[in-house]
Amino acid sequence: MDFDPGQPIWLQLVREFTRRIGTGDWPAGHRVPSVRNLAAELGVNPNTVQRALAELERTRLAVAERTAGRFVTTDTALIAEAQLGSAQAAADAYVARARGLRLDQDAALALVARRWHVGSPTDPSTTTQENR
Amino acid sequence: MSTAPALEIRNLGRRYGPIAALDGLDLTLDAGRIVALFGENGSGKTTLLKIVAGLLSEYTGEALIHGHAPGPESKAMVSFLPDQSFLPDTVSARTAVSMFGDFFADFDAARAFALIAELGIDAHRTLKTLSKGQREKVQLALAMSRRARIYLLDEPISGVDPAAREVILRTILTQYDPGALVVISTHLIADIEAVADAAVFLRAGRVLFAGDADDLRARHGMSLDRLFRTTYQNPVRS
Repeated sequence: MDFDPGQPIWLQLVREFTRRIGTGDWPAGHRVPSVRNLAAELGVNPNTVQRALAELERTRLAVAERTAGRFVTTDTALIAEAQLGSAQAAADAYVARARGLRLDQDAALALVARRWHVGSPTDPSTTTQENR
Repeated sequence: MSTAPALEIRNLGRRYGPIAALDGLDLTLDAGRIVALFGENGSGKTTLLKIVAGLLSEYTGEALIHGHAPGPESKAMVSFLPDQSFLPDTVSARTAVSMFGDFFADFDAARAFALIAELGIDAHRTLKTLSKGQREKVQLALAMSRRARIYLLDEPISGVDPAAREVILRTILTQYDPGALVVISTHLIADIEAVADAAVFLRAGRVLFAGDADDLRARHGMSLDRLFRTTYQNPVRS
């Protein structure tokens, strides 16, 4: 993932990890990768990773087991909420743009319905960093 | 374990003739962090690192490395990567590894060989046949293969291409012991935004400001790179 260095990086990691849990990239009940591995994978400071994982524990998306490590929650309601939460920022951005273009709600929703099929993962023109 | 900070510097001064390279510098750094050291040319970065590394003995004020003044005890804890080549041209990486093994009791030769291989360098080739980026990687591998408590890396990514920079920074991230302190001096701020978790800005031989990297971003609403540019556009107050 690419970071926006203008914003605290730990918060961007919280969003990224929340997305991974919400989408099932990190499946429910599975072990969360180690701080060291995440730091190496993302090219980011281990303390920053640690701070983001502590936040996941605070929001109960991850649970620390004393000796076995850190695990993704098995609470499906929380995971569903994480998935929606990750989508919400994108939805907010779209709503703001649609309003700026003077679309009303019906027109904006109709456009989403019409464009829905374009977002298939096999379509390279719509692949984003989120799919990597 | 001592509770002294990894690095405690008080009122540190060093002059070169009429020029004050360091002018009453105060700085405390704790272990377990990767600290980015920023500053314009001549702001005192290299002088500071050399004093802490025990290579410059003439200074005023105090520099304590885990409670020890620079000397044999502190040198045993500090791995210093200078900004210039420190290895003879005619030796191979393999020979350089054995030289390091002779010099430093905490040097891990197996780790150095593994790192050199990982960085894609043939250890049998003499250094003069390597590119600048490859030589910098060899020197970094040597410096990171000491089991030191403090690593001082002076411009480890300057003068190499962006791909090599990324490899070098990943190496620093994956090789460092979480209980150690790593100080990286660089003017390539954008490249180490995510690698460092703390930043120190020097100007005219003093600390302009220092702090947690994400706290600085939150407080100023900008990247460290932007903060540096904004800060250093303003003239020095005299």
